[in-house]
Amino acid sequence: MLDAIGVGSVEDLFEAIPESVRLGRPIDLPGGMAEQEVLDHLAELAARNRHADAEITFLGAGMYDHYVPALIDNLVERSEFLTPYTPYQPEISQGGLQVMFEFQTMISELTGLPVSNASVYEGPSAVAAAGYLAKLETRRSKLLTSRGMHPHSRAALATHAVGYGMEIVEVPLDSNGVTDAEALAAAVDDDTAAVFVQYPNFLGTVEDLASLGEAAKSTGALFVCAADPLPLGILKPPGECGVDICVGEGQTLGNRLDFGGPSFGFFAASERFLRKMPGRIAGETRDVDGKRGFVLTLQTREQHIRREKATHNICTSQALNALAGTAYLSWLGREGLVELSTLMLRRTAYAREGLPFEPINPGPVVREFAVRVPELDAFLERAREAGINPGLPLRGVLPEYEDGLLVAITERRTKEQIDALAAVASRTEVPA
Amino acid sequence: MSDTVTIFERSREGRRAFTPPRTDVPETPVEELLPDWARRSQPADLPEVSEPEIVRHYVTLSRKNFHLDQGFYPLGSCTMKHNPKLHERVAALPGHARLHPLQEPAHAQGALELMYNLQEALAEIAGLPHVSLQPSAGSHGELAGLLLTRAYHADRGEHRTKVLTPDTAHGTNPATVTMAGYEVVKVGTADDGGVDLEDLRAKADDDVACLMLTNPNTLGLFDSNIEEIAEIVHGVGGTLYYDGANLNAVMGVSRPGDMGFDIVHYNLHKTFTQPHGGGGPGAGPIAVSDRIEPFLPVPQVVRTSSSNGAGPAFDLDHDRPKSIGKMRGFQGNFGVFVRSYAYICSLGGDGLREVSELAVLNANYLKARLAEDGIGEYLPIAFDRHCMHEFVLSGSGAKDKLDIKTLDIAKRLLDHEVHPPTVYFPLLVDEALMIEPTETEPKERLDHFADAMRELLAEAAEDPEIARTAPHTTPVRRLDEAGAAKRPVVRQSRRDVNPGDPGRAQDHPAAASGAL
Repeated sequence: MLDAIGVGSVEDLFEAIPESVRLGRPIDLPGGMAEQEVLDHLAELAARNRHADAEITFLGAGMYDHYVPALIDNLVERSEFLTPYTPYQPEISQGGLQVMFEFQTMISELTGLPVSNASVYEGPSAVAAAGYLAKLETRRSKLLTSRGMHPHSRAALATHAVGYGMEIVEVPLDSNGVTDAEALAAAVDDDTAAVFVQYPNFLGTVEDLASLGEAAKSTGALFVCAADPLPLGILKPPGECGVDICVGEGQTLGNRLDFGGPSFGFFAASERFLRKMPGRIAGETRDVDGKRGFVLTLQTREQHIRREKATHNICTSQALNALAGTAYLSWLGREGLVELSTLMLRRTAYAREGLPFEPINPGPVVREFAVRVPELDAFLERAREAGINPGLPLRGVLPEYEDGLLVAITERRTKEQIDALAAVASRTEVPA
Repeated sequence: MSDTVTIFERSREGRRAFTPPRTDVPETPVEELLPDWARRSQPADLPEVSEPEIVRHYVTLSRKNFHLDQGFYPLGSCTMKHNPKLHERVAALPGHARLHPLQEPAHAQGALELMYNLQEALAEIAGLPHVSLQPSAGSHGELAGLLLTRAYHADRGEHRTKVLTPDTAHGTNPATVTMAGYEVVKVGTADDGGVDLEDLRAKADDDVACLMLTNPNTLGLFDSNIEEIAEIVHGVGGTLYYDGANLNAVMGVSRPGDMGFDIVHYNLHKTFTQPHGGGGPGAGPIAVSDRIEPFLPVPQVVRTSSSNGAGPAFDLDHDRPKSIGKMRGFQGNFGVFVRSYAYICSLGGDGLREVSELAVLNANYLKARLAEDGIGEYLPIAFDRHCMHEFVLSGSGAKDKLDIKTLDIAKRLLDHEVHPPTVYFPLLVDEALMIEPTETEPKERLDHFADAMRELLAEAAEDPEIARTAPHTTPVRRLDEAGAAKRPVVRQSRRDVNPGDPGRAQDHPAAASGAL
């Protein structure tokens, strides 16, 4: 090979790199390992994590311990889905492109909004992306966020908004843990580009989107909703409540916990935003023989075509995770999504009723709720001794709920497990 | 049945894959638990398909994808290297895959140690001391980098408005500049393919916040003037940003930190073998110098002393008052970190240097093969120097002599079962073909690509129409992209799926109006 190139050594190929910027020593990292040694090392690290099968976990707050069906593992490990690049050559990428098209349709169905893209990174950065669209669309200067948004969403929005130059104003929660509608109405003005709420909100309450939307849109601001897609199986779709843009975290649709990622974010909107949305969008078309096919479309929004005039800078997104979501929704199916959501709803109601704690948010909840726990630390300790992770103490993220605990329920949490948590809470023996 | 059937078109009423878990709590009517205003009136119209048919559907779709495990994929700037199979196994370990992101640090020590070790390894590779793993992909890392630059200058009481990007830059660079609230100022390319120093000097003033640079650049050329470039940018108080898309060329040879860069992003899905997944997931960690460190996102993974003195302990540090905040939820794409860490463990320091040496050797060998008679006259090299890990040819010769475009060459390559190079980028090369073979390709694969290219060009000299109408052997042939954009159909219309069943499948208002 060196002869064909016409050099004497590989070193000659690096001649353009000045001596002064060469490393001049080996990289200071341990030597390489055999495959089995790497496996042993990583297995040893993994064993030091208390994962969701090693305890009964009521942790949620944005990611949830749902059952992931076996067919998903099988599909996402297929080389045909795992190892291609973004489908720049549609003739040899019809599989991935059609999955995107099916994904977009399912997200449209869940959110009740006519158009969806093919995924963004994850939930909170999707919220930030909606803020950027609101800026491009309205040229206004202010974003209103409900304190019922996930703290990470509020933080990511604030971080990104410094870049695109917008002020953020927070709308408080009322004494029932829902967005304070009066405060929202008072805060909306002609400078407001968008109003952000979460559905269900961070404490688990199903917000009255339609009412909040009326106030939000009174001066022409966009109404943005961050939604958990799974309970949308039984909740009124955001698109039927005046929502202009619905974004969210897709982990609950067939993706692993993975200590926080990778999962996928979604971005659905009214049709008028189709040409301003971020990210890839697959569209249906025909080939020269009239055969049905799919392509990446409306690419003039995107960075590789429009450069500094692009509507977002996103390139690589979360195609494989969106495939998992698509396969998961196919597996649940039309009836199954309703059955699963209903089971969560009933178990959540059962858990809230069974715990001897005062609810922080007494309104409707579907998968998560917050309670006040007297002597919280002692309770946490007792729960851990019983092999239970009782949920997220709120004091670290919402200090106003100093004794608050956020409890999440999924289809994996059985009545027996919920009873065990209640028993710890009541200081009684776990019923046999 | 037509070959192209969507999962919705496979739906038949009453079929299902899912069996719900037993309802072991009171079956309270939904109406009692959810008020009217909160309830959905009709189920979402998801498909009704049995498990065997779901599996067949997606396996059938998968077979329409060309993929790296099938064949050569020299997509320039994308670093399509082999994805070791071990990585899927270690990522799936329950201690990784089933770990909740809000598990207390005391019970996630293995995950935090892995992240810490990866941070340390990436820092050593880039020659910059501080790493945040948080950004979700390269473009997200770029945005983090510019937000860090903004915070750094603001902390010094400075307000700067411009960011310099070379005209060879990846599209994400200028798009990021706009999102970060800066104005793009383009810097030209000199005759040798590097940054035009005169142009840079003319445009570098105290309004410049940053220069974003890829080195080696998108032409596959290392810019030998990098120290002078750094001096010019630092001289006006700007930061120097390294787009790490091309890091695969220089690991163990030269480090961005030693070149003078302040901020680097890594594409773990390029250099560090995270599979591309048909468009993600990736991860875009960043490394920074001391002066940028106070502004890194929260939380940072830090090493602490353990309470019992038994060894190191790891924690998440949220208390960083100057931090830009959060780029996303939780700690980043941990599953990607697991794979990249496994890769670094497998190769070790010496192995990583060997990666870059072989990547550069393979690129130069393929460049030499494609310069041979029968190819080189049709595809002249854009800048004739030793390249690094990739190189850019111009299809101008084929256009002039054979009347076929770069697009035709790319499409005809599909019939040879190799993935085409990146085409029409970088923009300053006419009819560009950007070729990156990577280090994991053996010589025979490179030879096969050169032979295919020679055959294709010889065929075009006889009958250019074959290339112009290519591909001929793929699941579909050239698609009407203009039509797709003009009348976008971006979701399945319910009317198509359930014709004649109006009670069940209500059209979405927008679909019914024909707007979709």
